Amino acid sequence: MRIHRLLVANRGEIAARVIRTCARLGIESVLAASDADLDSLPARLADRVVRLGPAPAAASYLDPAAVVRAAQAVGADAVHPGYGFLSENPSLALACEAAGIVFVGPSVESLHAVGDKLTARSHALTAGLPVVPGGEAVDLAGARAVAAEVGYPLLVKAVGGGGGRGMKRVDSADELAHTLDLATSEAAAAFGDPRVYLERFVSSGRHVEVQVLGDGSSAVALGDRDCSVQRRYQKLFEEAPAPLLPDTARAGMVAAALALAVHLGYRGLGTVELLYDRERETFYFLEMNARIQVEHPVTEMVTGLDLVAEQLAVAEGLPLRIRQEDVVLTGHAVECRINAEDWAHGFRPSPGRIERVVLPVGEGLRVDTHVQGGSVVPPYYDSLLGKLIVHGVDRADALARAQAALDLLRIDGVTTTVPVHQALLADAEFAAGGVDTAFFERFLQTHQPHLGEVA
Amino acid sequence: MELSPDDVRDVLKALDSSGLDELHLELADLTLTVRREGAAGWTAEQRVLRRPVVEGGAEPPAETKPYAPRAAVAEGLVAVRPPLLGTFYRAPKPGAPPYVDVGDRVQEETVVGVIETMKMMTPVHAGVLGTVVECRAVNGEFAAAGAVLLVVDPASSTAGPGEGAQ
Repeated sequence: MRIHRLLVANRGEIAARVIRTCARLGIESVLAASDADLDSLPARLADRVVRLGPAPAAASYLDPAAVVRAAQAVGADAVHPGYGFLSENPSLALACEAAGIVFVGPSVESLHAVGDKLTARSHALTAGLPVVPGGEAVDLAGARAVAAEVGYPLLVKAVGGGGGRGMKRVDSADELAHTLDLATSEAAAAFGDPRVYLERFVSSGRHVEVQVLGDGSSAVALGDRDCSVQRRYQKLFEEAPAPLLPDTARAGMVAAALALAVHLGYRGLGTVELLYDRERETFYFLEMNARIQVEHPVTEMVTGLDLVAEQLAVAEGLPLRIRQEDVVLTGHAVECRINAEDWAHGFRPSPGRIERVVLPVGEGLRVDTHVQGGSVVPPYYDSLLGKLIVHGVDRADALARAQAALDLLRIDGVTTTVPVHQALLADAEFAAGGVDTAFFERFLQTHQPHLGEVA
Repeated sequence: MELSPDDVRDVLKALDSSGLDELHLELADLTLTVRREGAAGWTAEQRVLRRPVVEGGAEPPAETKPYAPRAAVAEGLVAVRPPLLGTFYRAPKPGAPPYVDVGDRVQEETVVGVIETMKMMTPVHAGVLGTVVECRAVNGEFAAAGAVLLVVDPASSTAGPGEGAQ
């Protein structure tokens, strides 16, 4: 089925990004906007805007019924959920299906298969992927048995957690009982699901992920990305390809991601997240994200593809248009997330009115943003203002060009994380490549202007 | 409409070969300034002027009123205000008892609530030694930067029946 009118059920830079591809492809875009976003840049870029609900996300961007009502009200034949919000929520996919509207994402079955961490882990095992040694801890005896296999230190993780939430480290056997109790009761309170499982703690790990695209029967891998620069599990900087990986590990990761996509009969864009163990030079499956990612542009830069266009094509039911042998990676791309946050004060959020936006332009430069002079950044949603994406002939070139581009980029009116990236790009350890996920917190200890109050 | 990145690059190529350093474009729906920044490269400042086409007419949305309860505080009492604007929560999670209530003694560092801004939680500290005499802001309501969340009586910090109660 051809998509003629697409409801963009999201906000911020990803809404502007999806609308841009719609304009290029001749698809009519209708933005579903909350009351706080009716005059946003994406609202000005969309062909039309439909009101979704009040500003708080629970009453708008997180309400599947409101999204489907909006789609029906404007006669949209498809819904693009972006990332976050309802993008991986099976209830929106189900509601779209019931209303005869195309959901631009994977099937309800795939969303269920990867949405629960233990289910995803068992699918990964079935598909032959290595997983971090560990297992479910039904009770203390079960936990002791698992701990005996994986050794200490280990992590207790909530099945319903994710994104770093619901994780506790256990350093020795005598801490296990106490931490298990605590983790179970906290998981029940925070996620409504008391189940926890144990995993080996990897002391020096990198976050490497593989972009896949499937049409329901076959799949292609579109290269890898490294997202190890994180603060409290929030990514700040991403790059493609992942630097300094042994060839065998890189090839193994691609094969693993493809095996999982094929095993799931996956249709749509997906990202297989892997933990690369720097000491053992091996990797493990972490989770699969069943949506477009914030950092997808670095993959677009090195592959030359428009991932949203490919996503729409497979949602229309078309077979893959790309063969694996057609995927050629050129150069190196990096992405700096520009957030409305003040790193001099513990990364305090900085909503407000944007006075001016001046962006670097030129070959190999791209800025995906949802703000311009006069925009208001509301306090209700996340702090991402935009992303600077830079393509270079190699990593050193990309980093140097990113540094030059950051010096030209101006977003006046709110405090941004541009200075964080300027300091990061000037750091020798980072420039050498291949830092682990603990690197950035260490970096902050020595670079943060003055340690503000920790929120 | 906006100029796509490809459009802007085409403008750049024309400028580069012309030797010009700046171009200012004003169209019905947008303004664009492209500027040469020395050897560092080029910048573009674009503003999309087109008004959004909102389905069902241009009726303005019901204004989300920032929560601004009475700002006045009786003489001798101290208002606790949010460190930044956002949604105010009196308790750490739904159903849990509030951080503080009327009659509770607080110190400067006592956490009296949290403010959620851009999905980040910032604790609200009392900032004063005394006794809570009023909880003015409602749990879960949006609080503007100058809102009064609660009121503390600092006089009771030196004397009074609450002394040493906590």
